[in-house]
Amino acid sequence: MILTREEVEHIADLARLALTEEEKERFRQQLSAVLEYAARLQELDTEAIPPTATVLPLRNVMRPDDPRPPAPREDILANAPEAEENCFKVPAIWD
Amino acid sequence: MHLYDLTIHQARALLDAGEISAVELTQAVIDRILAVDNDVRAYITLTPEVALEQARAADAMGRQPQKLPLQGIPIAVKDIICTAGIPTTCGSRILEDFVPPYDATVVARLKAAGAVILGKTNTDEFAMGSSTENSAFFPTHNPWDLERVPGGSSGGSAAAVAAGECLGALGTDTGGSVRQPAAFCGIVGLKPTYGRVSRYGLIAFASSLDQVGVLARDVTDAAILLSVIAGHDPQDSTSLDVPVPDYTAALTGDIRGMRVGVPREYFIAGIQPEVEAAVRAALGQLADLGAEIVEVSLPHTDYALPVYYLIAPAEASANLARYDGVRYGLRIVGDSLEDTYKQTRGRGFGPEVKRRIMLGTYALSAGYYDAYYLKAQKVRTLIKGDFDRAFEQVDVVVAPTSPTTAFRIGEKTEDPLQMYLSDIFTLSVNLAGICGISIPCGFDAQGLPIGLQIMGPALGETTVLRVAYAYEQATDWHTRRPPI
Repeated sequence: MILTREEVEHIADLARLALTEEEKERFRQQLSAVLEYAARLQELDTEAIPPTATVLPLRNVMRPDDPRPPAPREDILANAPEAEENCFKVPAIWD
Repeated sequence: MHLYDLTIHQARALLDAGEISAVELTQAVIDRILAVDNDVRAYITLTPEVALEQARAADAMGRQPQKLPLQGIPIAVKDIICTAGIPTTCGSRILEDFVPPYDATVVARLKAAGAVILGKTNTDEFAMGSSTENSAFFPTHNPWDLERVPGGSSGGSAAAVAAGECLGALGTDTGGSVRQPAAFCGIVGLKPTYGRVSRYGLIAFASSLDQVGVLARDVTDAAILLSVIAGHDPQDSTSLDVPVPDYTAALTGDIRGMRVGVPREYFIAGIQPEVEAAVRAALGQLADLGAEIVEVSLPHTDYALPVYYLIAPAEASANLARYDGVRYGLRIVGDSLEDTYKQTRGRGFGPEVKRRIMLGTYALSAGYYDAYYLKAQKVRTLIKGDFDRAFEQVDVVVAPTSPTTAFRIGEKTEDPLQMYLSDIFTLSVNLAGICGISIPCGFDAQGLPIGLQIMGPALGETTVLRVAYAYEQATDWHTRRPPI
């Protein structure tokens, strides 16, 4: 169970991570080692076992839909890398 | 004794008697930080002006008949918990300049209880790590030996409590990040039941595992802090709507007739002999105090590490997708919007965070989901079942907190799997959603602290605290202070 370089590049692309050549090789080795370790899970027969996504007994927690004042716009925009006229500014998607 | 060495309950008594003021206490702790933090490096951000202002307010309130539980007590907050107007970095370049517009519920509760907030403590980036070496800014040093790690990821909070740089602190525990650093730094660290404490304003790492916990100098302080932060929060739909008991009322010192389980799977090859000896000696003391020691089995313990390192990264890969350089945080402009995302994330995240995002993305990707993520969720069910069965027989389960004492800085940074093994005894508690505490139970030959872990069932904090307190009262490990 060893990841190939192409698989590492594919995962990085899915995760929107730009990696250096050196990082690709290092992650290939380190992630392969962790995945090999994880292979021991296959020893267990879990055919009849339901998955646990959360330990809580809660399902679909509802609350009254009461309007509340939102956070001040200027506080939110103060953290934006770039803002203009009360909007977040991003690079153009197409010309 | 120095003011900065006081426990919260000792300081409370002196404040209430008018023997010291909150300003004096806060100033003593700030002076202590200035004296030792160049060596320890527990804090990312210090807010002495804010702290002194809050201390003056606490002193001004002093004559009210009803004192607030933390009125005038200086507390530190892990830098992954949002503080309004105070930078919250998660130990990451990607949030280096982020200033939250709101307080996390736990911070709001500290303030409402009268606490003085000293600043924000160092953490592994996004709480991913076991040594605080993954902080993008600098590693924190263990106050017992500055060449060694304080544990992690709440290493800044643990080191600050141990070194007298605060009286208590908040941390977060996703796989042991409160308990393991508490063990390494010779203090008390409590991870509450999942849902016991609000996660609103806790910056998400792995949402089904994350929980805010407390770090303190003794069990009484941990109980005081938990009583303040626990409880239902409408802002967190996963917080439990269950009444909060007075946790200090659990501290009776009487554990006669209680059943203490010892899991045979936790005493394994590779455990440091002094750690095993200290834990076995502690079990002997619990027996002397009247508890019945029972061997139990948690047969799927061996699988906790791979389950954790599939589920936590999978959840992290989804949670950290929000760091796209659009609404907040770092932006590095690329050739296109997509390239902007990739450059921002590629340079904004450190190696461990990228490693886990990659691992999680892989485990969730087409063709691998069933084999990795779904498989891990199924084995999580088996691990939870182990604890359910154990708690039918016993009140608590006792084991080491970590297989070794604090390791050297740099010792494990090149081998992630070795680093992950440091959490092998703490991960299962998060996967099962139950509670656990680490308390000091001795020192190794190098003078490094050893932690005793006491695990309890869901919402079993009173039981865990009761056992921890009885052991603490019978020993004096918690009174030792590091040489710094």
